[in-house]
Amino acid sequence: MVNVIDHELPWGSSAMRTVLARSGLVLLIVLIGSGSRTAEPAPIDFSRQIAPLLQNHCLACHSGIKARSGLRLETRALAIKGGYSGPALVPGKSQSSRLMKMVSSTSDEVPVMPPKGGRLSACKIQLIEDWIDQGAKWPAEVVLTNPAIKQEPVKHWAFQALVRPALPVIRQKDWARNGIDHFVLKRLEGEGITPSPEADRAALLRRVTLDLIGLPPSPEEVAAFINDTRVDAYERAVDRLLASPHYGERWARPWLDLCHFGDTDGYLTDQLRPVAWRYRQWLIEALNRDLPFDRFTIEQLAGDLLPDATMDQKLATGFLRNTLSNREGGADLEQYRVEQVVDRVALVSTGWMGLTVGCARCHDHKFDPISQREFYQLYAFFDDADEVNLNAPLTGEMAPYLAGRPEYQKKRAEVLQPVLQGLTDLQGRWEKRLLEAAANPGVDATWDRQWEVLGLIWGGNLGEGQLEGCQLVQLGPSKRTTEEAERLQEYFLRHGAIIDGKRFNELKLADYLKKLDALEKERPKVTRAPAMRKAAVPRKTHMHVRGDFRVPGIAVEANTPGVLPPLPATKNPSRLDLANWLVSPDNPLPDRTLVNRAWQEFFGKAFARTTDDFGARGDRPSHPELLDHLAMVFRDRGRSMKALHAYIVTSATYRQSSRARSELVTRDPDNRLLARQASLRLSADQVRDSALAVSGLLDAKVGGPSVFPQQPASVAMEGFRNKWEESTGRDRYRRGLYTYLQRLSPFAQNVTFDAPATSAICTRRERSNTPLQALTLLNDPVFVEAARALGVRVLREVPSGWDKRINHLFHLALSRSASSQESAVLARYLVDQRARLAGRAIAHAPHETTGVDPVEGAAWTGLCSIVMNLHEFITRD
Amino acid sequence: MNPRNLHSLLQRRQFLQTSGSGLGMIALSQLLAGDGKASATQSTGPMEPRAPHFAPTAKNVICVFMAGAPSHLDLFDPKPTMRKLHGQPVPASFLKNLDDPVIKASARVLASPRVFKRYGKSGMDFSDYMTHTGTVADDLCMVRSVYTTTSNHDPGQLLFQCGTTLFGHPSMGAWVTYGLGSPSRNLPGFVVLLSQDTYGVDAGTALWSSGYLPASYRGVTFRAGPEPILHLSNPPGVTDAMQRARLDALRELNGLRLEKTGDLEIASRIEAYELAYRMQSTAPELVDLSRETLATRAMYGLEQEITRPFGSNCLLARRLVERGVRFVQLYHSNWDDHSDVNANVKVHTDRTDLPFAALIRDLKQRGLLDTTLVIWAGEFGRTPMHEVRRGVNPGHEGRDHHPFGFTVLLAGGGIKGGQVVGATDELGYHAVQDRMHVHDLQATFLHCLGLDHTKLTFRHQGRDFRLTDVHGQVMTKLLA
Repeated sequence: MVNVIDHELPWGSSAMRTVLARSGLVLLIVLIGSGSRTAEPAPIDFSRQIAPLLQNHCLACHSGIKARSGLRLETRALAIKGGYSGPALVPGKSQSSRLMKMVSSTSDEVPVMPPKGGRLSACKIQLIEDWIDQGAKWPAEVVLTNPAIKQEPVKHWAFQALVRPALPVIRQKDWARNGIDHFVLKRLEGEGITPSPEADRAALLRRVTLDLIGLPPSPEEVAAFINDTRVDAYERAVDRLLASPHYGERWARPWLDLCHFGDTDGYLTDQLRPVAWRYRQWLIEALNRDLPFDRFTIEQLAGDLLPDATMDQKLATGFLRNTLSNREGGADLEQYRVEQVVDRVALVSTGWMGLTVGCARCHDHKFDPISQREFYQLYAFFDDADEVNLNAPLTGEMAPYLAGRPEYQKKRAEVLQPVLQGLTDLQGRWEKRLLEAAANPGVDATWDRQWEVLGLIWGGNLGEGQLEGCQLVQLGPSKRTTEEAERLQEYFLRHGAIIDGKRFNELKLADYLKKLDALEKERPKVTRAPAMRKAAVPRKTHMHVRGDFRVPGIAVEANTPGVLPPLPATKNPSRLDLANWLVSPDNPLPDRTLVNRAWQEFFGKAFARTTDDFGARGDRPSHPELLDHLAMVFRDRGRSMKALHAYIVTSATYRQSSRARSELVTRDPDNRLLARQASLRLSADQVRDSALAVSGLLDAKVGGPSVFPQQPASVAMEGFRNKWEESTGRDRYRRGLYTYLQRLSPFAQNVTFDAPATSAICTRRERSNTPLQALTLLNDPVFVEAARALGVRVLREVPSGWDKRINHLFHLALSRSASSQESAVLARYLVDQRARLAGRAIAHAPHETTGVDPVEGAAWTGLCSIVMNLHEFITRD
Repeated sequence: MNPRNLHSLLQRRQFLQTSGSGLGMIALSQLLAGDGKASATQSTGPMEPRAPHFAPTAKNVICVFMAGAPSHLDLFDPKPTMRKLHGQPVPASFLKNLDDPVIKASARVLASPRVFKRYGKSGMDFSDYMTHTGTVADDLCMVRSVYTTTSNHDPGQLLFQCGTTLFGHPSMGAWVTYGLGSPSRNLPGFVVLLSQDTYGVDAGTALWSSGYLPASYRGVTFRAGPEPILHLSNPPGVTDAMQRARLDALRELNGLRLEKTGDLEIASRIEAYELAYRMQSTAPELVDLSRETLATRAMYGLEQEITRPFGSNCLLARRLVERGVRFVQLYHSNWDDHSDVNANVKVHTDRTDLPFAALIRDLKQRGLLDTTLVIWAGEFGRTPMHEVRRGVNPGHEGRDHHPFGFTVLLAGGGIKGGQVVGATDELGYHAVQDRMHVHDLQATFLHCLGLDHTKLTFRHQGRDFRLTDVHGQVMTKLLA
């Protein structure tokens, strides 16, 4: 081997640069050297022969935090450690080294490296082989760099630490009511724009009532507010609304959109989840008692892992149970479990960090600093969790259940006593076969299928975790609770005859199942609830090469993204550690994402309008300092969401009129400068709730299971579950929040008014304006019934005088008086209707028990329908 | 609108002019435009017909979208070479771009078992699954060299319909109605028909979204049955005159509010109610397919259960176009045949082949084909290699997603029929001759409608967006 480069050059970066500059020369040397090879290869000099080769051909992709496939070739240690597919370098063993395999691949199944610019010459490949076989000498202090990459620190706004911005100095000091207004006004003054005047009091109360509790104010509430001359009348009204039990209902909605809450499994069979509502119940109550955001976060993500966790804290993890379940025959159990874990990673990343990590499932994120490895580190937190339903007794259930339990177990033991030994033996054999199949798939198709079926049907139409049955088998008899053992035993009695039909019949096990069923019927019931728990059978998390769960890469430990402050060092970090890390003071993202989304609820658009993406491709915030100011105020006030909402709605910015201003149409068409409030069409829920509320039909009961209000039969028939058994009685008139959400055939009113699909995370709803909405409000029997009830209400509450009645109607529906022009239009309509209706059979008159004259009732139904179709009625101004 | 109402609107216009509220004025002119009588006012209603950039060859579009991606290799693109290679490894050069480790590892050529036959003057190949469509070959332009840039369903469908793989952009139907309005005064300008015998479309309502365009341009879905649109009928006991009276009062009150607040959304609301009313009177007649002759019904396959759902929608599409609806999207789901592709493709062609041929023939015999652009396409093609899912027996292999070359059928509206354009390589893998990206097709579709795809833009977040993003070339070979 001819050495032309000075041996005495010191190690270090300048030396390496020199080497690199001469790399063309090195190639020449390599060729010559190779040509004169003897049987015993000459010792390879790393710095001259290998380093330039790696730098020229490998380091462009395999260096830095975004190294492809996680493989970094900057140091020997990193090369040995390797990437997502495992170690790249085994010193002394070129044939075991992945690096060698990759550069010399001729197989279709292993893409040759480098992928571009042609394969390495035979000489270079030989050089690498020799170098590895000679022990892959590479001085520890030699760190190769890729000169093409500029190592820039991450400066993106969203990842910066939260600091308290100083309040800007403003000229129009008397306008500002709190800190928010300083930031907004500063910007407006800079633009030479004056803020809008305050909305009139009735409009303001209507706005803040809809925003805080999702229902319109009653005429009495409006009158009381207008007549309240105290300086803090508005603040008092806000306090009253924040204390309303309907506050939790209103503010549950964005969280349910986020976790895409639904009452069914999704996917082809779309089976029922009759206990899904328990999480919604927890959510409403948590918001009503103003659970601070840090506790709110911890309990929903890891309530089950808290020391001495209460039932309520465990139920909070139902938040993570709104992922879909595929129970279709042939569905791969692991594939859909993986999808659920991925969904949970996306949920937490979107909801608390505003990060679109989904891209990194298959490859390093192209725009944001999230590597594929980091994705699977987050994934590991949720990989280590199982879906499980808990006994979560409703009021009054627990005592009888507990009291009845010893009696039940005694009777159960008595029933099974004659066959206990035979049953236990047989079930043991059955479990053994299942476990064998699970461990060796593809060997025995019959038992593969048995295992799959156990995972597909366990707890179906009960909303139980579908893999629980498999997990109980894997856990083994000694580790099951009594109740788990009972449930698995019942499954075996129902589905296990395949193990030995003859013996099964001899023991008459089918008869014993009937006896157990009878026993079950007479036993006190306890309602169950979805939750999460630490994995019963621990899982080792591996990366999925290119996002394919069938191609496991290297093992990873749970950890948080490197671009954010580090997770405190701990062994085997858990979901609880993740949750604590999210709400730690060093982490700027959760509070920023939360206040950003809260702003959206009050102004229609958030500061960063892409509420789900705070990354490089997302929107940059219109008022970055105000965003941080709000986040700091939020922290100052103990992360109370009610305090945050109070702070926002008491600002002068919020209290501005929403009236459009012609001079701003071209200057600020999207109202990003906040020189006025916004007119926002009500959400799907609120449209329905408003109609029911003003007509007096609303059943304002808070909480409870989902209900099935009236809708056309054709809607439900689109889905797999082709029936919709309408609720009866008061349940037909519950708030939209409680409407049963069948994922595959969503409730039509919801779809028409832009409710999001219940299969994907949603942080902001659209607000469209379509003829279908018009047809719904005009003709949907639900709205016709509301119009009729409202008509009766007006006729009864105002004994006489069409003008007084119209005025009352306006106060009920729009929180204001009717103008004379408006009254005149409606009066003309009323006269016209009476003439048309006289002498006709009245189909939409009020029921005779109301005592209302049919013609008058029908005319007022039409009139009330007009008012409930007004743009103003379905708009929050 | 009756004269009295018009008078009151004009009075209000006067008020607005003197009160100097520019906002209400614009909105009011929209409002008057919707009335169809206000010729003195500039028409700016969202669906008001607008002049194209240049003389069009097509006025309407029917886009028959085959969601899930049909196999071009089993329908349109015969590959004798594959027979010889059947079951053998695929040459490595072909797998270079394939981003699918599973397929790549197991890739073996899967020759189509279908028998192909040549149809029409041009000798256009169709497999024995598409014999009916073969009979209208002289009106079809078969493009065998289309490619796309994604191999996932949602992004692929979005790319075809919205020009980007991302959610949140306007659909082609929205762009076209935004550019041209719609001649139909009584029906939405952009209608979506979903086959009722299958499940919905992967990417769902995003495929007919108006994106950042005004919501008026969102596609309106029609349902099967006598009430195609939910809540189309008046409530019991409400006559049409009573409904009209309700709407007149509503319109006046909304107009008053518009003047007061200047909230332009109210103008859209008024327009939406007027359209709703017109839909009420028009739609029942529209969807009453019993008004068609027995021969027509039979031609579309309405007398057989298997073809009825798709056939009804094809017939409905013709009736919509007859009534001036600008853009009809017709979906059939779901061609995603990862297993047993041979049997599954037949399931779909059994349902769609006859009605699609009938649609072309019927449009032609009524003189509508000349001005109606018909598109038959999926989001991509399928691999020439087999895909073996767990538990699948030999002979029942599927094909995976394949973006590098696939076939699209076009007809009418200025498209040159009776020709095959482009070709894939010997395996049907890469489009090699007259390659056309989906954006090129979109540019060509807009061209047929008299629209320059680089000029049909909308300013959003500081940028002029368009259907073809920054790509697309009009493919003159396709044009008559």
